[in-house]
Order: sequence, then C-alpha cells, then structure tokens
Amino acid sequence: MSVTTLLAISLGAILTNNFIFAQFLGICPFLGVSKKIDTAIGMGAAVTFVMGLASAFAYGVNKILIALDLGYMQTVAFILVIAALVQFVEMFLKKFIPTLYTALGVYLPLITTNCAVLGVALLNVQNNYNFIESVVYGITGGLGFLLAIFLFAAVREQTEFSEHPKAFDGFPIALITGGLIALAFMGFSGLKVW
Amino acid sequence: MDFINILYAVGILGALAVVFGLVLAIAAKVFEVKVDERLPKIQECLAGANCGGCGYPGCAGCAEAILAGKAPVTACAPAGPENAAKIAAIMGMEAPSGEKMVAHVLCNGGTNAKKNFEYRGVTDCLAATKVCGGNVLDCKYGCLGFGSCVAACQFDAIHIGPNGAAVVDKEACTNCGACREACPRHLIVEVPYSKKVHVNCSNKDKGAAAAKVCAVSCIGCGMCERTCKFDAIHVINNVAVIDYDKCKGCTMCAKACPKNAIEPIPTPEEKEKFKAAQKAAAERKAAAAKAAAEAEATKAE
Repeated sequence: MSVTTLLAISLGAILTNNFIFAQFLGICPFLGVSKKIDTAIGMGAAVTFVMGLASAFAYGVNKILIALDLGYMQTVAFILVIAALVQFVEMFLKKFIPTLYTALGVYLPLITTNCAVLGVALLNVQNNYNFIESVVYGITGGLGFLLAIFLFAAVREQTEFSEHPKAFDGFPIALITGGLIALAFMGFSGLKVW
Repeated sequence: MDFINILYAVGILGALAVVFGLVLAIAAKVFEVKVDERLPKIQECLAGANCGGCGYPGCAGCAEAILAGKAPVTACAPAGPENAAKIAAIMGMEAPSGEKMVAHVLCNGGTNAKKNFEYRGVTDCLAATKVCGGNVLDCKYGCLGFGSCVAACQFDAIHIGPNGAAVVDKEACTNCGACREACPRHLIVEVPYSKKVHVNCSNKDKGAAAAKVCAVSCIGCGMCERTCKFDAIHVINNVAVIDYDKCKGCTMCAKACPKNAIEPIPTPEEKEKFKAAQKAAAERKAAAAKAAAEAEATKAE
C-alpha cells in the first residue's frame, strides 16, 4: 500500500466510481434532501461521517466473521453494525455536540437505511481493502456523495425558477437533471491515474 | 449444510446483536439528555405546518423557544388563540387576550397602476424588482402582482386578485407571516380580523406624484382625516394610516376618499349619497353659523 494506491482509491470513489452517479447507491437521500443547498450539504457531511465510521467498524466485524467462518453472513451483520453505529453516534452527538446534532437533524437516523453506507462496507470486502484503504474509501466515497448531492441541489434550486412544461414540475425534472449529471460523470470513466 | 451451521450463525449474530444492544443501552443511560416534559406538549399545541412564520426553524424550534421564554406563547399564529391559551396553561402563565390578526395588502393598484414596461421574466416579485431598477410599475411602492406571496402561503389564503394586485382571503389567513417575509416591497401588514376598513395604498410620494402613477393611490389629501369622527385615521408620510384601536368601522373615510383608496370601496351611489349628506350638513352648519352671527349682531346693537 502506498500513497498512490490511496490516491487512486480516492479519485475512483469521488469521480470515476461515484456512489450516486456511477454505482447508483444512496439515491433515496439524493432525491429526498436535495431541494436546498444547505440541507444537501448537511446530508452529505452526515453521510461522509457515517461512511467513514462504518467502513472502520465493518472492517473489524468482517474480520470477526471470517475468523468464525461466517463470511456469508456479512450483509446481515453489516446492517446490524451500521444501524447500531448510527444510533450510537446520534446519542453521542446529542450529548456532546448538540449544535452538530441539530444541524444534522433528521438526516442522521435516515442514514441508518442508506444503501451507500452498506454498499461501502460490502465493497471494501469485495475489493480486499485493508483497514486504512477501507477508511479512505469510506470517507472519499462520502465526499463523492457530498459532491454529487451538492451539484444536484445547486441545479435543482435553479430549476425551481426555470420555465419547463407543467408536467415536469417537481420530481420529473429532478430525475432528468440527475440523469444528465450522471451522463456528465460518465466522462470521468476514462480517467486513469495508476 | 448442516443444521448446526444455521444454529451457529444465528448464535453468533445473536451474540453480536446482544453486544450492540447492551452497548446502546448503556450509551442511552450514559449519554442521556434530559428533555423537558412540557416540550412535546407544547409542540402538540402548535400548528405543525413548519411554516416558519414564527421565525424559528420549524415547530420544534418554536416549541423550544417558547419553553425557554424567548418566544411569547402566542408565537404560533396559525395555531390560533385557543392553542395559545393551552400553551399558556402548560407554561403556567396567564392566557393572553390577543385579537385574531390577519394579513392585509397595502395596495390595490394592479391594473390601476401605470406600467412602465411588460415584464416577461421569472414570475417572482423579487426578480422583477431587479430588472431596470425595479421600475416595472411607475409606482415605487405598489404590488407587482407576480405572486411571491401566493407561492409563500401554505394555507392558500392569498391570491392575485382580478385587478392584478394580491388580495388576502381573511377566512383562510392564519397570520403566519410568510407572505410578509416574501413581499420585496413590504406591502403586507397585520390587521385585526374584526376590522373591515383598511387603507389600500402605501405610496409615500407627494399627492401630485402619487396621483400620476396610479388611479387608486392615496394622495394624502386628508379628507379621511377630516371626515373621521373618532380620530382614527391620519395622513402620515403622505399616506393614510388607520389606528385600529380607535376605528369603529363606520366606513365614512372610505366614502370620503376621492381616490377610492380605502376599503371597503364604496359604490358610486354610496359616494353620491355621502356627498349629498356632507353638502347638506355643511349647509346646515353654514346656516347655523349665519344665524349665530346674526344673533350676535342684534345683541351688539
């Protein structure tokens, strides 16, 4: 493992294999909380935070499962870990960093069922990442999510005021926008740094 | 696949779950934050629309502010006086006796106002005020009629009226204040629900300038002020303002207004009747004065 590997992982997670635009994970919060840039950034930050933590914990749990010869139960176990982790983080924040807790608001519990978080845990295992690589992949994957939801929210704020056919009001225009941004992100697939 | 294997998996995962459960249970105790039991009760009394009219982020924020004493128990206008009384009871305070207030638009210009140019941009008042120095209307004060207030209202209580200016539906209005925030010209004010006489203009220019830009503008002539028997309407900064504490709702000012800038707008017949009555009263007065002068003169002799 070298810095180059980590850089490659980061670039892959943020751009070429962006969780939303290339792997289509975590679409629910992506559409749900992208109406305003502020809330979108809040959600993105919360996801980044939880994805980083979840990668670390899932790595440990996966080690335990493999040691116990239970590798096939990883999906179930990861769901358990993430749910418990988010609950724990929520309680911790409520007690010690109430400002951050109120800023994240409802998004934190929402992340419990975010498939991007489960996805990052499973992909770490699939790609045979070691501990540091896992955490880096988790955090940069979260940053990719943050970038995606920020861009999307910025465009959506504009479409609110744009003139488009009545039938496209609301979600339809948002979905078209999301599709176009995803197409744009496909341009990154040619990117090679290693 | 052996049966034991299943039991093994269930057992391990169960053990994991129990460990997490225990950690969470302990964490819940360690990180416990005491929540005032009045908080959920107060929140129940609020409207629950998260309209933000109170100035706090949503109903939960408002409930917290009320609990902390930062906001009055009447902070939630949409909840109405009954719920304010309930909140007061929860807080152990006296119920306030506030009158129900509604929004009112201080402009009836619309098509009566002179347009400078046809604005075909984003249908939003703030956007319209940014174009060409905001001179869509000749009147610097009037309602632009692009419906920023309509979009802001969550209760379907404000609409663009038939003549192009915004009109409040008094029955549906909850006085949440969203439209007041949305209006870039600050034309929307709180008025008591029970009162029916309102000034429909906020043009603060001198009479001649105000008359030039709109057919129904207040020119600050002071007819209403002179007509009012209760000292309830005054021309302040070239525009008539009603003192709702004194207004009895006689509508005399509305009939006296030469520009029909006061609501309820009188019909032409009503205006004629009013003018005739005024004339008769003036004649009577003149006659009485004359008689008095004559009496004085005879006395002097």
